[in-house]
Amino acid sequence: MNKSVFFGALTVAGVLAGASAAATLDDVKARGKLNCGVTTGLVGFAAPNANGEWEGFDVAVCRAVAAAVLGDPKAVEFVPTTGKTRFTALASGEIDFLARNTTWTFSRDVDLKFDFIGVNYYDGQGFMVPKSLGVSSAKDLDGATVCIQTGTTTELNLADFFRSNNISYEPVPIETNAEGQQQYLAGACDTYTTDASGLASTRATFENPGDHVILPEIISKEPLGPLVRHGDNDWGDVTRWVLYALIAAEELGVTSANVEEMSMNTTNPEVARLLGSEGTLGEMLGLDAGWAKNAIASQGNYGEIFAKNIGEETPIGLARGLNAQWTDGGLMYAPPFR
Amino acid sequence: MTTMSDPQQGSFRLSMLLNDTRYRSYTFQFIALVLLIALMAFLGVNLMRNLAEAGLNISYDFLGVPAGYDINQTLIDYNSQSSNLRAAMVGIINTLLVAFLACLTATVIGVIAGVARLSKNWLVSKLMSVYVEIFRNIPVLIWILMIYTLMTAVLPAPNAFRGDNATSSMLFDAFAFTNRGVYIPAPVWGPGSMMVVATFILSIIAVVFYRRYAVKLLFETGKLLPTGWPTLAILIVPTLLMFFIMGSPIGLDLPALKGFNFRGGIQIGAPLIALWLALSVYTGAFIAENVRAGIQAIPKGQTEAAASLGLRPKRVMNLVILPQALRVIIPPLISQYLNITKNSSLAIAVGYADITATLGGITLNQTGRAIECVLLLMLFYLTISLSISAIMNVYNKNVSLKER
Repeated sequence: MNKSVFFGALTVAGVLAGASAAATLDDVKARGKLNCGVTTGLVGFAAPNANGEWEGFDVAVCRAVAAAVLGDPKAVEFVPTTGKTRFTALASGEIDFLARNTTWTFSRDVDLKFDFIGVNYYDGQGFMVPKSLGVSSAKDLDGATVCIQTGTTTELNLADFFRSNNISYEPVPIETNAEGQQQYLAGACDTYTTDASGLASTRATFENPGDHVILPEIISKEPLGPLVRHGDNDWGDVTRWVLYALIAAEELGVTSANVEEMSMNTTNPEVARLLGSEGTLGEMLGLDAGWAKNAIASQGNYGEIFAKNIGEETPIGLARGLNAQWTDGGLMYAPPFR
Repeated sequence: MTTMSDPQQGSFRLSMLLNDTRYRSYTFQFIALVLLIALMAFLGVNLMRNLAEAGLNISYDFLGVPAGYDINQTLIDYNSQSSNLRAAMVGIINTLLVAFLACLTATVIGVIAGVARLSKNWLVSKLMSVYVEIFRNIPVLIWILMIYTLMTAVLPAPNAFRGDNATSSMLFDAFAFTNRGVYIPAPVWGPGSMMVVATFILSIIAVVFYRRYAVKLLFETGKLLPTGWPTLAILIVPTLLMFFIMGSPIGLDLPALKGFNFRGGIQIGAPLIALWLALSVYTGAFIAENVRAGIQAIPKGQTEAAASLGLRPKRVMNLVILPQALRVIIPPLISQYLNITKNSSLAIAVGYADITATLGGITLNQTGRAIECVLLLMLFYLTISLSISAIMNVYNKNVSLKER
């Protein structure tokens, strides 16, 4: 009896392993839920709020995809991942979509067999130090002890930065942002380094954020974006164009407030195509005609998501900078919906 | 058995494989073996097929590629341009270091706590019971994190040692206890220091010979030579003399606050201390129970007989009880040593760069070679565990009961 169950389970496991490679879109639809990988908690990007509901900049992208594919922004199962577990979780099929401020690099795209569907935040690695340390430049950090999250690109950038400037440092590897925060505040490290957006987010949670400064040097390019498994192009297209829909919506002036009205009586043909009142863009993706409308209605356009979660009005207080629309001198640029 | 019931020789038929009790068990064992091999082959083929389908291949080329990351505590030369293999070596040495240190201290703590738990002194025995019950019933990861958090929160940052009104000061101007680790003086070997070291080694050999001679004299003539103070004298006096004859060749490099951190001396990082302490006290509690079990396994008559010969309690323990108890203590002690080695893989929780943190952590992450790295890790832990087992088994043979 036990043996037969065991062999049965093995057979099922073998079949599943073979089938998980393709058709993520169908899987998600059949399941009625999107499995979305996020951080274990980085305020502003992905963290549970007081009611236990996940919210944040990355979470909004997950919810937008769920709204577009399933019509329900709440149909998301959030899977917290660390810097170490995120890629395994995605590669093994445990999650369908990884939105965890992950840097787009050559080796992750090519060697690890993932597809980055775009960039939702242009970032760079920075350093945070206590004001009392009296350091004004990262190049003054010779001999400093540096707290750093393991399993990230920042670890390699850090080694390169100190090597190319011919100064020394002592790394203190840590697993999560919360741990890094604790070590940094206890003075076990002189400086904490990660993406500048992450530093701003971490600093916002301190008791006295004013006692800490983020040094002016940005030592790397960190284009952060969501990613999916390589090889399932249909699913890649769906997620890519949901992200572009959010970005295009801001450019076209479509907001969560006026999306219903715009879909009824717009004179702009691109808005009409985006919101599904003209053309068959949704059908081409294998979705409803109202896919982009659902996404925008539930989460707002890119600018709204930015302002609500990490913008200057929030405690995190990030300026748009590189993340402004291309029309405002930023890098956010969606291809035409046509 | 009588020969009456034996079947005739040379009349083997195929059906006997199932019907004859002499062959039946072999038949089933053979079938089970074939099934097991088939299962393994199926799993292996399945893995390879799925990997090929996903476009992945097993390759160990990444070991030769520069690792690209830095490690804070290394016993061998390493920088971010060293290969991943070198990073793995650093990890292996760090694992062995913490395992070795923890095995030593855990044994000392365990033996003392185990003996003390049987003490007739109510307070001592109850204190030891509390120690054992508290430490072995809380997961070791919690202990590691707790000790590390305590260290970083309670000990001062290097900044506190700075300035005219510093809130902390160094012990004897030579030891600094900070929340980043403990800094101790490092010896500086000048010319002629080899002579001093050689003298010290010779002294150790001399002590061994002196003690053997003392035992031999005791057995032959019954004369008891003192061993305590002559041992100390042999160890210290010649070395000290040689030290001054050679003109004080060994100096000390004292740690001093320079820039952000203490420089000079030897740094024992806070992660290493936290891991070492936690593994020692945690496993020490288990060893204490092994020791207690071993002592209680010796019949009470042994103690009484030894006492009736006029031996004092301390000598009864050292000469009669413990040598016999070792036979019971050693086998479970082996598995405790193995536990320490395996539990040291929790090092990543406090950022200690052991093999799991370097090869199985950062290298795995940066190269994405999960299967290769995990296979290497398994191979490493298996090798280490089997080696410890083998060494301890040799020792066990030495102390076990010799039947003549």
